[in-house]
Amino acid sequence: MTAPLLRVRGLTKRFGGLIATNHLDLDVGHGETLALIGPNGAGKTSLIAQLQGDLTPNGGSIAFDGRDITGAPAHRRARLGLARSFQISSVFPEFTLTANVAVAVQAGAGHSFRFWRDAAADPALVGPARQALDSVGLGGLERRAADVSHGERRQLELAMALAMRPRLLLLDEPMAGMGREDSARMTRLLQGLKRSYAMLLVEHDMNAVFALADRVVVLVAGQAIASGTADEVRNDPAVRAAYLGKR
Amino acid sequence: MTLAPAAPPRASSATLIGIAVLVVALALVPTVSQALGNPFLIKIATRIVIFAIAAVALNLVLGFGGLVSLCHAGLFGIGGYVLGIAAAQLDGEVSAALLPATGELAVVLPLAMAVAGLAAAVMGVIALRTSGAYFIMITLAFNQMLYYVFVALQQYGGEDGLQFNAALTLFGHPATGRVPFYYGCVAALALVLAGMQRLIASRFGVVLRASAQNERRLTALGIPPLPYKLAAFALSGAVAGLAGALFAASQSFISPSAMSWVQSGDLVVMCVLGGLAYVAGPVIGAGAFVALEAVLSGWSVHWQLAFGGFIIAVVVTLRGGLIDLVRIAARGGRAS
Repeated sequence: MTAPLLRVRGLTKRFGGLIATNHLDLDVGHGETLALIGPNGAGKTSLIAQLQGDLTPNGGSIAFDGRDITGAPAHRRARLGLARSFQISSVFPEFTLTANVAVAVQAGAGHSFRFWRDAAADPALVGPARQALDSVGLGGLERRAADVSHGERRQLELAMALAMRPRLLLLDEPMAGMGREDSARMTRLLQGLKRSYAMLLVEHDMNAVFALADRVVVLVAGQAIASGTADEVRNDPAVRAAYLGKR
Repeated sequence: MTLAPAAPPRASSATLIGIAVLVVALALVPTVSQALGNPFLIKIATRIVIFAIAAVALNLVLGFGGLVSLCHAGLFGIGGYVLGIAAAQLDGEVSAALLPATGELAVVLPLAMAVAGLAAAVMGVIALRTSGAYFIMITLAFNQMLYYVFVALQQYGGEDGLQFNAALTLFGHPATGRVPFYYGCVAALALVLAGMQRLIASRFGVVLRASAQNERRLTALGIPPLPYKLAAFALSGAVAGLAGALFAASQSFISPSAMSWVQSGDLVVMCVLGGLAYVAGPVIGAGAFVALEAVLSGWSVHWQLAFGGFIIAVVVTLRGGLIDLVRIAARGGRAS
């Protein structure tokens, strides 16, 4: 068996007395969609932040495609193929949608110490940016990111991640704050992407989780208490007690 | 508060026409001055153009990079002293081990830019580790250190400043005539504006503007902001140094008073007054600032009171600075 794409071992993160991640082991296989669920405060976003490089863990290791990245800075991880979409939309508000995604394309196109050519008229940047916007259903929308709706900004987040040509998508609640209709659309969108990318999906929307995930890991107090298919996890008594509610 | 309203993604033809009109208008000043028989006008216009170069330089980091730097007068002064010390050596009054004794602008202006740029890079390495109010405080502290270094350098005139009599040349031709020197300054401003306009729209400019809006996002996309901010800071410092050297050349004199932190603040005011979002905004700001200073200070010693009122009025009514007036006028002209 080949090594998994992402391999997390003994990962630990403490904020003072609070343990956000507690000796966590986690694997994401090539092409796998792993959903991470758990109650609020379980440490899901902290885990994503450690994987992406925004937070430094206190212990443990993270390997990506066989390479140890535990101490690698965030921008290097991004270049290796780890793309994060943020729980709270994080975009460049003053740029147009195309310009937002073009920054992501530019990041993957070598250094940016290029001082002369007009970047907004560079087909090598604008072309792939438009393509990524098309693929998330935002094609032809030429507005500033500050002026689009919440749902559209969530789609923009995804387009930016895709434009990085990632190998693993770290999706932190892509449906956060969306209405039912938008959620369903985003779910269909992610289903279409499933074949092309490995994903680590943090999500509260159980319909989306059950529709998308190959495997579900349940995180409670920084520890994985269960792992399996959606149905296995759904019927796991420990999970029912801790998470799905005591019925 | 977002300090960096990003420029339009593309250098629109309107922006380029605006820059061209501005430069042509400035180039006409000697003609107007002669027609009116008022040589004082050129003196004011020279001052406007030189401070416009400095403010445009500052606006690269302030308006587009979101970095409120209060050390640009210090960098301006370094450029001025490079020229001053190089030229004063021809008089035999001073000596410097590291600088050539020359009044040739083709040598000394690039040198002034290099020294100021290097100084900006060194300060930037430290200051750019911080952000927000801390960045402002560190650059302010650097500015005051530079100021007191030149106050303490008695061999270069200390607090009294450094006067030089040597005639400056450009490619061997005398460059001291008031009108030719003015044209030279306008040409320098035009080059700086054109270069900045390209820079802002380039990939480098995109990264700089993106870093001002959302540094965390930029990092997550795979671009570390620091090297780009540092390069912008050094470049900004180099151009501020050019302005300082022209300033020293324009009056055959440079003193520490040109590098006090109040001057740094004035440069920030010029940028905000003119408009942070456009490369040419600070030119309008510098024009308004220097012209009002000249007019109002002729009326009353308390001119700064009126000046303060003017700044407040502009900032409250025109959120994009004085350049908004130009845009409103242009739009009105097109509509009618």
